[in-house]
Amino acid sequence: MRRALGSVAAASALALALAACGGSDTPTAQSTPTTQAVDPATVKADLTWWDTSDATNEAPEFKKLIAQFNKTYPNVHVNYQSVPFGEAQNKFKNAAKAKSGAPDILRADVGWVSEFASLGYLYNLDDTELVKDQQDFLPVPLASTKFNGKTYGVPQVTDSLALMYNKKLLQQAGVQPPKTWDEMVTASATIKQKTGKDGTFLNPAGYYLLPFIYGEGGDLVDAQQKKIVVNAPEAVAGSKKAAELVKKPGFTKPPATDAYNAMMTAFKSGKVAMIVNGPWELNNIKSADGFGGLDNLGLTTVPAGTKKSGSPVGGHDYVVWSGMPREKAAAAIAFIKFMTSADTEAQVANDIGLLPPRASAYAKVTNPVIAEFKPMMDSGVGRAWIPEAGQLFAPMDEAATKIMVQGVDAQTALDGVAKTYKSEVVPDYAGG
Amino acid sequence: MTTVTEAVTPPARPSKGRGRRASSSRTSLRTAVGRHWYAWAMVTPVVVVLAILVLYPMVQAIWLSLTNTTEANQAEQICQLSLGGGQVCTPNPNHAHFVGLDNYVKLLTGQIGRFWSQFGITLIWTFACVIFHYTIGLGLAMLLNRPLRGRSVYRIVLILPWAVPAFVSAFAWKFIFDRDAGLINKLLGSTNDWFDSTPKALTAVIIVNVWLGVPFMMVAILGGLQSIPAELYEAASIDGATAWQRFTNVTLPGLRSVSATIILLGTIWTFNMFPIIYIVSRGGPAGGTEILVTGAFKEAFEGIRNYSIAATYGVLILSVLIAYSVGYRYFLRKQGEVW
Repeated sequence: MRRALGSVAAASALALALAACGGSDTPTAQSTPTTQAVDPATVKADLTWWDTSDATNEAPEFKKLIAQFNKTYPNVHVNYQSVPFGEAQNKFKNAAKAKSGAPDILRADVGWVSEFASLGYLYNLDDTELVKDQQDFLPVPLASTKFNGKTYGVPQVTDSLALMYNKKLLQQAGVQPPKTWDEMVTASATIKQKTGKDGTFLNPAGYYLLPFIYGEGGDLVDAQQKKIVVNAPEAVAGSKKAAELVKKPGFTKPPATDAYNAMMTAFKSGKVAMIVNGPWELNNIKSADGFGGLDNLGLTTVPAGTKKSGSPVGGHDYVVWSGMPREKAAAAIAFIKFMTSADTEAQVANDIGLLPPRASAYAKVTNPVIAEFKPMMDSGVGRAWIPEAGQLFAPMDEAATKIMVQGVDAQTALDGVAKTYKSEVVPDYAGG
Repeated sequence: MTTVTEAVTPPARPSKGRGRRASSSRTSLRTAVGRHWYAWAMVTPVVVVLAILVLYPMVQAIWLSLTNTTEANQAEQICQLSLGGGQVCTPNPNHAHFVGLDNYVKLLTGQIGRFWSQFGITLIWTFACVIFHYTIGLGLAMLLNRPLRGRSVYRIVLILPWAVPAFVSAFAWKFIFDRDAGLINKLLGSTNDWFDSTPKALTAVIIVNVWLGVPFMMVAILGGLQSIPAELYEAASIDGATAWQRFTNVTLPGLRSVSATIILLGTIWTFNMFPIIYIVSRGGPAGGTEILVTGAFKEAFEGIRNYSIAATYGVLILSVLIAYSVGYRYFLRKQGEVW
């Protein structure tokens, strides 16, 4: 199966070459008016949009934006459907494969875009005006929309993990937010001693192990060199660090199931002073009873390992399902253009604290938290945007549980991951 | 279906004495069809429905397991459509093809997945669950079979777990077992994490499934108990049998045919019981409580979906269960059970 992917890539490269030669073999639709200015009122269509954002914290903001969009485009009806993030990937693939029931527009995780594109489920957006001002997007989110050199999505929001801390608790303990993992150990011990609350709660999941691995200069796979590096010394050193930390005083022992929710509950209720998490939780923390709102929330870059402070870049892109009738193209383009404009992204950032992927949007943001996050984006590390990217984390999650909960040796656990990568995920990569 | 075929064959036998065998069998066939056409007509809808719902998917699964079909290589060609107009279709050079027994070799040698460890967990899970289902169900059925006040209320209460959809109770139990907010840890005053090691997590999921499965066993056994004639017990007590002797010599033999069926059914159901493990332990920690069906689900629905490996899992699970059922029936028949 994975062999197929390489050749899909080859096939698409071939396709690219063909297109460059000036002919596409089956030009089905002549053209859709994309560049010339059209009267917005003449654009008529029913668009279905699957939004995967949090239904209580984030969705109202996007519904508000649709209403704003309709002021300019009164005849485009956007059918908003909230789909839980955890289900959306499979649901979309099912529907796209069956060629019915998929949404016209999907808010896809940055890790899904290349996978969907490799399966032919997405429209390539290269001939549309959506790619005109690409240089305005931050490089890492922009890279997530590309597959084989073509553009398949427009970044909606970006994110990166950060160290979030409870200012009151740190003040009570008289500690500064830690800059390295070792400082985190001493800070957590002091917090436990002075306040009786736990210092840090680390989530034992693959994605949350990345700051430790990046901190030592490691990664899961090296897509350029086509190498599996998840069990290389750097990644092992980082994972060992994580295992060492959770055993120290002042660190909450992570549960084996639902650790994420346990972490958020503990942080919001002030039972733990520091967590590593992303901006998607800002609105949740803001509205939590008894936390003290965003005034009490401190943000800084994730603690550094021996090499650097590095955190994975995530986020979401708008993509268009390739089964959408072409008549709707103008409406879809108009909608995505509106939703990803600098003004819209700045408004989302101000209202619910999501990070804009557009550089020019930051000038318009007044929400102070966003300004705090901006430098963190600079320590963001781009992940390997390969179709298999989505599959890298299931084995990593198991390894994280083994390393951080069960106390299995990091090298053993990661060797297991490398073996799975080699046999099931990226068989044509070296190593493993 | 089988009864009909058996009914059809006997008329063929008496024709043995005649000279021309071929024509005689044709005649007997004709008489058989003539005599039993209505039976055939009656079963046809069932045969058709079974063929569509069971046979066709099964044949397709077996075929899939012999190919390398995944989500990514089914299409003959992959089309990249451009929103600005135009599309480029290229033939899929790695179109799914026949690979013989490759998938079975990969799965059984551990190149892909963890078949044997999952199989081991499945066996522990199945036998532990069925043993507890049966013994607890038998005990409760015995209790409820004697006259006691409020018996119907007890019966209703004990059958409740069965009335609740399995996934609903699974979620409820997940909360009960939760480390920080769960009822069990609150009651025990401990901070024990039920899911941080395989033995503990396996115990937890078995407890949940036992709770879920006991009512069915209880109801079935209760029915069996009520069909044992009271005279047998009377005769036994007149002969001076103790309660235990009455249990082993009257009750258990009387329940035999019911037990044989429900244990077979219970084994097959538990072997393929998906929601409990999927919801309560999520196969964790680190895949430690993954059974075969949840393993197959992972292959089929996570990442780029590997339909062929999932089908291979399915065929292997089916083979194990068929082997078990055949062996079980053989064992019962040897013990003189007509079944």
